[in-house]
Amino acid sequence: MLRRTLNRWLGRDERRVDSRNICVGHRSSSNNEAFIPPKFCDNRIVSSKYTVWNFLPKNLFEQFRRIANFYFLIIFLVQVIVDTPTSPVTSGLPLFFVITVTAIKQGYEDWLRHKADNEVNKYPVTVLEQGRRVRKESEKIKVGDVLEVDEDETFPCDLILLQSSRDDDTCFVTTASLDGESNHKTHYTVPDTEKDLESLNATIECEQPQPDLYKFVGRMHIYKADQEPAVRSLGPENLLLKGSTLKNTQTICGVAIYTGMETKMALNYQGKSQKRSAVEKSINAFLLVYLCILVSKALVCTTLKYVWQNKPGQDEPWYNEKTQREKDTNLYLKMFTDFLSFMVLFNFIIPVSMYVTVEMQKFLGSFFITWDKDFFDPEIKEGALVNTSDLNEELGQVEYVFTDKTGTLTQNNMEFIECCIDGFQYKYQDAGTDLDGFCVTDGPANKVQHKAGREKEELFLRALCLCHTVQVKESPEQGQGQRDGLMDHVDGLGVDGEGLHPPPQEQRGFIASSPDEVALVKGAMRYGFTFLGFESKTMKILTRDNDVERYELLHVLNFDPVRRRMSVIVRSKSGDTLLFCKGADSSIFPRVRQEEVERIRMNVERNATEGYRTLCVAYKYLNAEEYAQADAGLREARLALQDREEKLMAVYNQVETGMSLIGATAVEDRLQEEAAETMEALQGAGMKVWVLTGDKMETAKSTCYACRLFQRNTELLELTVRTLEDGGRRREERLHELLVEYHKKAVQDAPPVKAGVTRAWSSANHDYGFIIDGATLSMVLNSSSESNSSRYKNLFLQICQNCTSVLCCRMAPLQKAQIVKMVKNSKGSPITLSIGDGANDVSMILEAHVGIGIKGKEGRQAVRNSDYAIPKLKHLKKLLLAHGHLYYVRIAHLVQYFFYKNLCFILPQFLYQFFCGYSQQPLYDAAYLTMYNICFTSMPILAYSLLEQHICMEVLLDNATLYRGIAKNGMLRWGPFFYWTLLGVFHGLLFFFGVRYLFGNPALQDNGQVFGNWSYGTIVFTVLVFTVTLKLALDTRHWTWINHFVIWGSLAFYVFFSFFWGGIIWPFLKQQRLYFVFANMLSSVSAWLVIILLILLSLLPEILLVVFRKPRGPHAGQMKPVHSSAGGHQSPRSSARPLLMRTFSDESNTVI
Amino acid sequence: MVKEEKEIANRPDNTAFTQQRLPAWQPMLSAGIVIPGFVLIGLAFIGIGVALFVTSRSITVLEIDYTGIEKDSACFKCSNADVKNCVCNLVFSIDSLFEGPVFFYYGLSNYFQNYRKYAASRDDEQLSGDLDAFTAPSDSCSPYDYNSNDQPIVPCGAIANSMFNDTFVLYRVVNGANKLVPLDGKGIAWWTDYNVKFRNPSVTPLKNAFNNTVKPIFWPKPAYQLDASDPANNGFINQDFLVWMRRAALPDFRKLYRRITDGEYAKGLPAGNYSLTIAYNYPVESFDGRKKVVFSNVSWMGGKNEFLGIAYLVVGSLCVLMSIVMLIVYAKFKFPEED
Repeated sequence: MLRRTLNRWLGRDERRVDSRNICVGHRSSSNNEAFIPPKFCDNRIVSSKYTVWNFLPKNLFEQFRRIANFYFLIIFLVQVIVDTPTSPVTSGLPLFFVITVTAIKQGYEDWLRHKADNEVNKYPVTVLEQGRRVRKESEKIKVGDVLEVDEDETFPCDLILLQSSRDDDTCFVTTASLDGESNHKTHYTVPDTEKDLESLNATIECEQPQPDLYKFVGRMHIYKADQEPAVRSLGPENLLLKGSTLKNTQTICGVAIYTGMETKMALNYQGKSQKRSAVEKSINAFLLVYLCILVSKALVCTTLKYVWQNKPGQDEPWYNEKTQREKDTNLYLKMFTDFLSFMVLFNFIIPVSMYVTVEMQKFLGSFFITWDKDFFDPEIKEGALVNTSDLNEELGQVEYVFTDKTGTLTQNNMEFIECCIDGFQYKYQDAGTDLDGFCVTDGPANKVQHKAGREKEELFLRALCLCHTVQVKESPEQGQGQRDGLMDHVDGLGVDGEGLHPPPQEQRGFIASSPDEVALVKGAMRYGFTFLGFESKTMKILTRDNDVERYELLHVLNFDPVRRRMSVIVRSKSGDTLLFCKGADSSIFPRVRQEEVERIRMNVERNATEGYRTLCVAYKYLNAEEYAQADAGLREARLALQDREEKLMAVYNQVETGMSLIGATAVEDRLQEEAAETMEALQGAGMKVWVLTGDKMETAKSTCYACRLFQRNTELLELTVRTLEDGGRRREERLHELLVEYHKKAVQDAPPVKAGVTRAWSSANHDYGFIIDGATLSMVLNSSSESNSSRYKNLFLQICQNCTSVLCCRMAPLQKAQIVKMVKNSKGSPITLSIGDGANDVSMILEAHVGIGIKGKEGRQAVRNSDYAIPKLKHLKKLLLAHGHLYYVRIAHLVQYFFYKNLCFILPQFLYQFFCGYSQQPLYDAAYLTMYNICFTSMPILAYSLLEQHICMEVLLDNATLYRGIAKNGMLRWGPFFYWTLLGVFHGLLFFFGVRYLFGNPALQDNGQVFGNWSYGTIVFTVLVFTVTLKLALDTRHWTWINHFVIWGSLAFYVFFSFFWGGIIWPFLKQQRLYFVFANMLSSVSAWLVIILLILLSLLPEILLVVFRKPRGPHAGQMKPVHSSAGGHQSPRSSARPLLMRTFSDESNTVI
Repeated sequence: MVKEEKEIANRPDNTAFTQQRLPAWQPMLSAGIVIPGFVLIGLAFIGIGVALFVTSRSITVLEIDYTGIEKDSACFKCSNADVKNCVCNLVFSIDSLFEGPVFFYYGLSNYFQNYRKYAASRDDEQLSGDLDAFTAPSDSCSPYDYNSNDQPIVPCGAIANSMFNDTFVLYRVVNGANKLVPLDGKGIAWWTDYNVKFRNPSVTPLKNAFNNTVKPIFWPKPAYQLDASDPANNGFINQDFLVWMRRAALPDFRKLYRRITDGEYAKGLPAGNYSLTIAYNYPVESFDGRKKVVFSNVSWMGGKNEFLGIAYLVVGSLCVLMSIVMLIVYAKFKFPEED
């Protein structure tokens, strides 16, 4: 903690200096003799929180910062200080137990961290010092050291790549442990560094450490004895991050620039912010109620005590004189200590063990998600991943689902479908058969009679082959030169044992950051143009005529989501400089000559409506002058240390103008398996599905139709740039008009829907879908005037909330989060869920209540930032409808039951005060007080909360509507809470007064002997333990052997313990209160009879409720009495009507 | 090979437990079970209730208040706290045979034996015969741990100090002459109490163990002289003492005083006149308490207790009633469903 703050301070101090200067190899530059090397932190990684010395105080401090722990500590201290009815052990022991277990767990975790830290810190590395190789421990690395790293080693700190053993001055790394992307990434050496590192004299100027893994700016000054210092720009492509692994390269040398806690990996190590579930909020609310009950109980008792003592003879009867000290104590102090004593006496109403049980339930429960074999995907050989167990129950409460399109609804498995060259359509027929094909370009049913000229065709295909960042994958078995081998050779390699999962057949041999690019390169290959790979800045392609053409790659104008296009500048053999650009139509069309656009736009739009992803391809020739200008601009921008992004963008925009459009491509992104079924199920479960995508509207719309998010009868309300421009008026006005119109349609004219439950059914006739795009959204959200803005936002939200599904297209990542946030904070604060697979979904995954990552193809960033990760979209259905539902029911029942069982535990003790002169006499023995929550009643509820399936999973999956039954925190609202509290009060009253009337004559044994107060308490306690356990048994709908074992085992344990506890004179006890009390109790027939009577009477209303509720339900006709039968699931109808629900909440009752 | 292993390592175990598919019994409470169940339980409860009720009715109880607050009460003269060693006579008659064995209880009301400070005011180590605790009684006994001369009190504490010390002698009036009814003071306390939990120090004679200690302030005689008739019934295992030490649960309570089991009275107290001579020592009027004596016989269910029988009858008939209501409701709603 301290260290971190300190670091932050230091960091802030350093940040004032915008950049850091590093001497490569600690050789100060010749022209700067007085240069004092600045001090940087060492390369020690400290992820551990504690040391041996500070563990105890620090850990205790952190544990007692939790409000619940603190409360129990206070109670314990009160017991120690004030003379209280129960010994400090009763509350100290559970608290000690909880604290110790937590401390051990955290200590163990920290020990593991220490071990991991040590492993990293002591790892030997090779440092080049004055021409010698020195082995050092990793933690001794200093900024400026030149390191040598071998293949398959992990970089010990952030390095600038100086030298690679590969002859093209590149090296390959995988960043699997950083962001999970297991593909090989190419990094480049700093150009023009000398081969002899010994004589290299250079300084590096780079930005201060920052956590963004993909951003880095810096420059390197290279000093040569007889020349002006050369300056080279440094970018992320030169930076090797700590934590990534060197691949396919024998050795590299690099200079350390960020070390230890300043590496990007360490800066990224911060935990995510805690998300809290709605259930937790309910628990806290209930807790407050119980605290009030507790305090008022104590107040009532204290008041009555002093009222009662005022009567003559009651305060100090002769048989119970006070000690001198008691007489001397101030009256108000006495009152206060009495109040505290009552608090202590009743404090069990809020049990320590509830927190432990809830935590255990969440922790253990989450294993069922990881274990579920239905979530196992044979393709990636992974199952579901649970990053946090705090949100299990939230999965059962989702009201809004925000889903990404690409990779989530669709497979992100791109296939080249067709292209359009110069307005002529080329459809590729069959992927497998004919590859030599000039002639396959035309589909058989194609109306297009003539083709574009051969020249155009070839230009287009060359563009496809050149304009990308795809790499040809090579395997370690293959030596360097073999990259020239034919493509099919590489194809034939199959999977090599690198631990990479085998790419699907289609993509084998190519590695790229985006699957579109691979699809395009593969597409070009089918038409005869094969990309062979790079050879040190030269791209080689094999043309139709089997000629190998070489192009020098001059610049890559990288893709980014704002520009939505990328370009390359290449120089052909003949010396022509060409710029090829591909990108989204909206970003290309304005930049090409307009006369070309129309022909192709038609095709693009047709393709888009068919659900294909379209890209347009353009090119231009650059004459020498233009090129020189572009080249200079790019170099300058790349060297900039500040605002590099903005400067680059400006240059890109400047270069990418005046191009000629050659054609467009259409790539199909297939729907995920069962995407439609999943979406249908989610909607059936009452969830609103919003699709948030960066894709264009037509594509996204068609995906929505395909996923059945939009039905044929869905009336689409469109609010996009296009509809805004239709009216021919100012956009703002038109926006207002449309919003009001849609609002009227969707909100005001819609029949008033009944709260929550029947929404989807009643609006079946008026099914609305809403479409909005990014530009319009930003208009809605950031309207010019403040008042309009909030009004638009409101209208927009209301419209959206009345539509079954909403499609937001052309969204920037941040906009996605904005939408999630808006819905999250809207009225009723609905529970939101975001699901996505790519880095662009991270923001919305983090923003939503529950973030789900799909282990897709776009890297692992979404997975890393998610709360749950699943391999496929189809798994979402089971995750929510089955797991989420069950978890919610389980934990809701757990919470309610815990409060209930402690209420009826403490209520008799409260009532007893009225009969013992308000003297804080405990009704139960201390052992019972302590053990009640820890041993006697904890296991059955834990087992229940892990295993209960009030409705079996198949039924839950088949009847999505069941999910609505628990919507809006249905089982933890005040209604059910009130019911449980009443039940607890009823039971408490029954237990106490039942036994009270029995003790009208305490001669309960057939030998005429009488029972005392401990027998009284023991009888009440026995009834209590049996009743609360059997109450749980009544609620259990799913009796596995574990339930049987735990429920009957607990009861047996109680009996056994009572015998044992009462059977021995315990030497450590001051008073042998319970000696033979239990055994004597059992020897009395009356005691048996009253126990049986009270248990039955307590459970009677419960059973009656169950039975009477049944025939009065709305679907009484569908109810059939089903005789209990073992095993298997019964007719869905019967088990679909959960006893639990029928009993506890009216709302849920009407749902089913 | 490597691949397969990896797959096996990653693939979740396909066991019933991990897949949440443990075979399970899923009980459904249905009318088919509940109605017959209710009838059965109801009938059983009514049966037990009748038995309890009849038994309870058959138990004879004779309860006489002798506090002496009322002027016409026999013990009125003793109720004044200033009168020492007061003896009063209660005369009562029994119309028919009071079936035996008859148990003789004394009862106190508005007496808080369950007061927390009072309850804690004892030293179990002392009471288990630990001689160290004789010289230094536990703090919990305070203010009944040392007398004003700083001598340890044994047995210490409020409970022991306030031991009930009225004594009763029962006579049967036969032809005007008082004939002593023998009272049995054995077997009135729990067996485990006088055999295990409470122990006298193993010093003979017992008196020596109490050297340098004083008797509780309220006691007329020291602990080793509680029962003059039986030397084995003295000290901490005196059964009257044990009965007192087992604190009552509620402020109105009765405790077993004697059993009438001997000789001709084993079958019960014959009809006739009786006279109870009471040595009235125990003051109760200061806290509005009442004292009473209770003669009662017991059954298998213990003493007379109407509550249990009535409760069983009520719950039993409730069950039967409910099952009838359920049957009606169920029949009404069930039949349309079958078409």
